[in-house]
Amino acid sequence: MRKIAYREALKEALREEMRRDSRVFLLGEDIGRYWGGAFKVTKGLAEEFGDERVRDTPISESAIIGAAVGAAITGMRPVAEIMFGDLTALAMDQIANQAAKIRYMFGGQAKCPIVVRTPFGAGVNIAAHHSQSLEAWFMHVPGLYVAVPSTPYDAKGLLKTAIRSDNPVVFCEHKLLYPLEGEVPEEEYTIPFGVADVKREGKDVTVVATLFMVHKALNAAEELAEEGISVEVVDPRTLTPLDKQAIIKSVKKTGRIVIVTEDCRTAGVSAEIAAVVAEEAIDYLDAPIKRVAEPDTPIPFSPPLEQYVIPDEKAIIKAVKEVV
Amino acid sequence: MTLNLPKDKLVEMYRKMLEIRFFEEKVFELYAQNLVPGTIHLYAGEEAVAVGVCSNLRRDDYITSTHRGHGHCIAKGADLKRTMAEILGKKTGYCKGKGGSMHIADFSIGMLGATAVVGAGIPIAVGAGLSIKLRHTDQVAACFFGDGASNQGTFHEGINMASIWKLPVLFICENNLYAMGTRQSIAMAIENVADRAAAYGIPGVVVDGNDVLAVYEAARKAVERARKGEGPTLIECKTYRHKGHSRIDPAKYRPKEEVEAWLAKDPIKRFKEKLLHANILGETEIQQIEKEVLGKIEEAVKFAMESPLPSPEEALEDVYA
Ligand SMILES: Cc1ncc(C[n+]2csc(CCOP(=O)(O)OP(=O)(O)O)c2C)c(N)n1
Ligand SMILES: [Mg+2]
Repeated sequence: MRKIAYREALKEALREEMRRDSRVFLLGEDIGRYWGGAFKVTKGLAEEFGDERVRDTPISESAIIGAAVGAAITGMRPVAEIMFGDLTALAMDQIANQAAKIRYMFGGQAKCPIVVRTPFGAGVNIAAHHSQSLEAWFMHVPGLYVAVPSTPYDAKGLLKTAIRSDNPVVFCEHKLLYPLEGEVPEEEYTIPFGVADVKREGKDVTVVATLFMVHKALNAAEELAEEGISVEVVDPRTLTPLDKQAIIKSVKKTGRIVIVTEDCRTAGVSAEIAAVVAEEAIDYLDAPIKRVAEPDTPIPFSPPLEQYVIPDEKAIIKAVKEVV
Repeated sequence: MTLNLPKDKLVEMYRKMLEIRFFEEKVFELYAQNLVPGTIHLYAGEEAVAVGVCSNLRRDDYITSTHRGHGHCIAKGADLKRTMAEILGKKTGYCKGKGGSMHIADFSIGMLGATAVVGAGIPIAVGAGLSIKLRHTDQVAACFFGDGASNQGTFHEGINMASIWKLPVLFICENNLYAMGTRQSIAMAIENVADRAAAYGIPGVVVDGNDVLAVYEAARKAVERARKGEGPTLIECKTYRHKGHSRIDPAKYRPKEEVEAWLAKDPIKRFKEKLLHANILGETEIQQIEKEVLGKIEEAVKFAMESPLPSPEEALEDVYA
């Protein structure tokens, strides 16, 4: 099968959906012909679809999402880009109070089909305002879907589903994934939300990981295999809805679970997954639940500091060995 | 603009502008050698703004800064060594390596920090102004921000609040015509950001941001007004960044003629010519200053390069007071 980069896979999804449905349009800062998006995901789309449908906006995150919401409830299907995940904080009212609640609060009259694409993650030394992983913020808000694609294949299939969804979707990308290449079929496909993917089968320990951590977990699994420890890597792919059954099924098989996410440990993605396992699968566990996550600090700038707080293969291997 | 300031003051301003320029050239050089982690946003070309404003400020006055903040720091009097060390991620840097290029701060000189969230420094300066008012001092607070930032809610909310409470704040818009690749005309329908001042009932002034004396004079009036308790001023400085937005941005979205026209209006070159023309400085003095400034930059680089990196566990410190 052909291989393309994560950023190209995202672009293909945008392009295909824009060709398929004239209601789909893009808005965001520097996404148009002059820059093509800070991570070049939308490069070339303004040339194909015009500046009307690939809209450069002022630096006004709150109005970007507000405008997306307004357009969505009146018949359009906007895909907004927020240049860095950290900056969703500026649009949090429109995302969490408006987009997420507009259907429920108005008794089901409206639907709000917006996609908010944004990159999270650390690893490129751009410090505390450009490196966070805030996926859990959005999991905490009923009414939002949260997608976390870790491969080009998942990125394309999930983004197409996100655009076709009648619900607001926070589509979490990861800076380090954009250049990553992977197999993506030429023919059309979509990936349903709420269906996890077993990225590697194993029998001794379940490792649930998201986004860039999936790749670190796979590296760790490879190393552990050499020592005779068989790791199963489960990637939820969407956090809301969360495929609890897939996680529980794996835990039933292995009896052990390590959860690896890049966000802060406290009240983070890993906390929610741990709670699900504790509530619904504790009887199958042969060891305590382990978490590998950011140690509750902002992301520091200097490389040795940053590397210290981002979970790595070593930390995953250590955690796995603690439970086997 | 006339040169009716004491010679010492003028020379000091010239020296500061050179410090910023040479510092930024050095940062660019180090970046190209892979010695600077992360990204950089250089201030070269905009020196007259920071220096023109900060030359009116006392040590105990406040400033807030942006992702393009090296120039603000230096103009406010930050130590070049610790600034450079922070940019290289060293333990001896102003923020112990936690901040980097986009987040330098020196609270001891009223430099309240550079935020990389565009527009976020604006209301923080308003808060510093409120604190000044509540503490009954005659300090002032200045915030620097770009043309792009003036489309952020924080700009409008912050100016309105400073206006109704008559806070001693200078809103300094560094209009370099672009926010990344977005031309001002794509992002706003007006030519002058300063026109927005009228909507909040405060003075709005447009100045040639590449003329340090023009900036100085506008800021002088604004500081005077602020210290007298008459409230804030918005000063828009028309200027231009010499390089791309960040790192290796080749800035292809800027027409060649435009770049050339602005390079010809280089604020340092213009100030130097003025000083020479008015016989305030001679060629030999100019050369002497250049040599001294270069020496200072070299010292800063040496200090930064020889400084240790922080040890990894320091990442866990400073989260709470
Ligand atoms: C709130 C926010 N939105 C977007 C960004 C990404 N970004 C960083 S600098 C920049 C352009 C800023 O333009 P301007 O305010 O004119 O300042 P300049 O870079 O021209 O000095 C953008 C969009 C950011 N850091 N923060
Ligand atoms: Mg600008």
